Amino acid sequence: MKGFDVTVKDVSRAYGSFKALDDVSVEIRKGEFFSLLGPSGCGKTTLLRIIAGFDSPDVGTVLLDGKNILPLPPDKRQVNTVFQNYALFPHLSVFDNVAFPLRLKKIPVAKLQAKVREYLHLVQLDDHVDKKPSMLSGGQKQRVAIARALINEPSVLLLDEPLSALDAKLRQNLLVELDHLHDQIGITFIYVTHDQSEALSVSDRIAVMNQGKVLQIGTPYEIYESPATDFVARFIGETNLFPATVLSCAPFEEEYLVSLDIPDLGKSILVTDYDPLEVGQRVSFTIRPEKIKITGDEPRRVGKDINLFKGIVEEPIYSGFQSKYYVSLENQTVLKVIQQHNNYMDEGPDIDWKDQVYVSWSAEDGYIVEVIDT
Amino acid sequence: MIISDKDKRTRRLGLVYSTPMGLWLSLFFMVPLLIIIIYSFLTKGLYGGVELPVTMTAYKQMFNPNFLRVLLRTLWVASLSTLLTIVLALPCGYAMARSKHQTFWLGMVIIPFWTNSLIRVYAWISILSSEGFVNEALKTLGIIKESLSLIYNQGAVITVLIYMYIPFAILPLFTTIDKFDFALLEAARDLGATKPQAIFKVLLPNIRSGIITSVIFTFIPIFGAYTVPLLVGGKDSYLIGNIIVDQVTKTRNWPLASAFSLIITLLSTLGVLWMMTSTARERARLKQQPVKDRDDLQINGTAIIESSLKNSTGGR
Repeated sequence: MKGFDVTVKDVSRAYGSFKALDDVSVEIRKGEFFSLLGPSGCGKTTLLRIIAGFDSPDVGTVLLDGKNILPLPPDKRQVNTVFQNYALFPHLSVFDNVAFPLRLKKIPVAKLQAKVREYLHLVQLDDHVDKKPSMLSGGQKQRVAIARALINEPSVLLLDEPLSALDAKLRQNLLVELDHLHDQIGITFIYVTHDQSEALSVSDRIAVMNQGKVLQIGTPYEIYESPATDFVARFIGETNLFPATVLSCAPFEEEYLVSLDIPDLGKSILVTDYDPLEVGQRVSFTIRPEKIKITGDEPRRVGKDINLFKGIVEEPIYSGFQSKYYVSLENQTVLKVIQQHNNYMDEGPDIDWKDQVYVSWSAEDGYIVEVIDT
Repeated sequence: MIISDKDKRTRRLGLVYSTPMGLWLSLFFMVPLLIIIIYSFLTKGLYGGVELPVTMTAYKQMFNPNFLRVLLRTLWVASLSTLLTIVLALPCGYAMARSKHQTFWLGMVIIPFWTNSLIRVYAWISILSSEGFVNEALKTLGIIKESLSLIYNQGAVITVLIYMYIPFAILPLFTTIDKFDFALLEAARDLGATKPQAIFKVLLPNIRSGIITSVIFTFIPIFGAYTVPLLVGGKDSYLIGNIIVDQVTKTRNWPLASAFSLIITLLSTLGVLWMMTSTARERARLKQQPVKDRDDLQINGTAIIESSLKNSTGGR
């Protein structure tokens, strides 16, 4: 791994009374594709700017490869940034934009030209060398910005919402390319985004942030399946989330079978958990829409660990590969349910508007969120 | 057919719209300019005015070494004052553009215009004169014993000229810097540029049009200035403007005064042309249509797939 590790320790930053960062600590490993994910104003960009050197924390330290980089100005840090709106120099051609860092270093012309061409080739811009940025498409501008940020051979590449200005399809393509690039050059990537699907699809690990705090750091899988707080559960993907109280907790195979009282659902439900919980403890219960089964006929009960509800389809949303249903339960609580369409359907989905349906999920598919932060 | 009809109508409307400006320009610019051109080719009247016959005398008289010296001096004073004005106006415009209180600072720049310029020059006389504010302050502080001669020299002229014309430089610089994307400076720093390098290699090239406008707005009026050198200047600060005034009022050589005026107008027009062509070039550059993403999407899409295939078969 050519990259450096980045350690952010106890960093706080306030603008007046607004706490942009509130005692944030993150350890980013060598060569990792690490994402800072959160809604706008959560402090992710502030943290990135502190690492880049455009902002400094009120307290805390930032270590790059074990060395404190806070006293260094941006031009002395082995870190380069891909800016949100590319920040290409409009007066310079594509070539000169990419050559800019090398010219500052007074690198001999022949070497400079070879290197710039190499990096432009890396981002597939060989044919646009002499164009001005204003003549490039959004995706091309983004590539120039990436080549320019990489040509200094930084140990860490910071990406500040690099794809937010592009349309959805192109975003997917560039995301795959970024992932390839990361595999190829092996340096540390720190990727700031508010788009959870972007973060999930490319990151090795993700830090979910809200209101200046890091709520959870984990792999995409951990963050989606085992959200640490109810904010994380709601922010990552879609979910059904309800406040709940623990009624009972008993060992079940290698886990614990927990019975939860959920006023919103009108009755108690069962869910498994790895940790024992206290009776009377207040928690949040989350069940992902795609983990709920929806059937027109009452399913045959297989075990007592199945939670079953009767409801009416209020709003079926068909989107080709799947359908999403808003199912109104008997006590008017609405559940989101997603059904994948795995087989060929001659006459469309058999569940329609105002149909009476049964929704069910097994105790293993629900998840208990112990920290309630909002 | 429809298009050409519409075209004709817009053209006719354009003519209507441009009439007031056209009339204004012809009455107050073209006609006086023509008069000056004609006067410069006529013979000097005994008590001022002009007479026939047509002659080149005025232009021959211009090649008097004394006049040439004044012309060179005017160029020098105007260039130096313009340069200093821009150097001072740049940080002002930058600070204003980055300030949260832009309206306040704009007001501060514009307010001096509420006072007549002559009065402001007289204020400078009382500041710079031997018993003026600066000298008295320095004497009270014990830094000097004898008054410094701060006035009636070229330094005073340049100082006051800078003061008079700096708002004309600050305003265009402010408007262009205000449109400048400051993220570019961060990008430059990020890529290894020091603060001065970021300013010289990224800020200045991108506010070129503002700098050119400022240069023209200051150089042209300073080139024709005559009250400031008259009031705070000495022997060493007699400029073309003063020659023209003297030729009209004292020597009463109107053809020569006209010839000098023409020189000033010619130089100014060249400056404006320079500005217009360079801004037009910039605009043309920005107008070039960017490529649509859709076309290059496909090419890149296949390229990615190909490269990933290569990676997975060959590399691993």
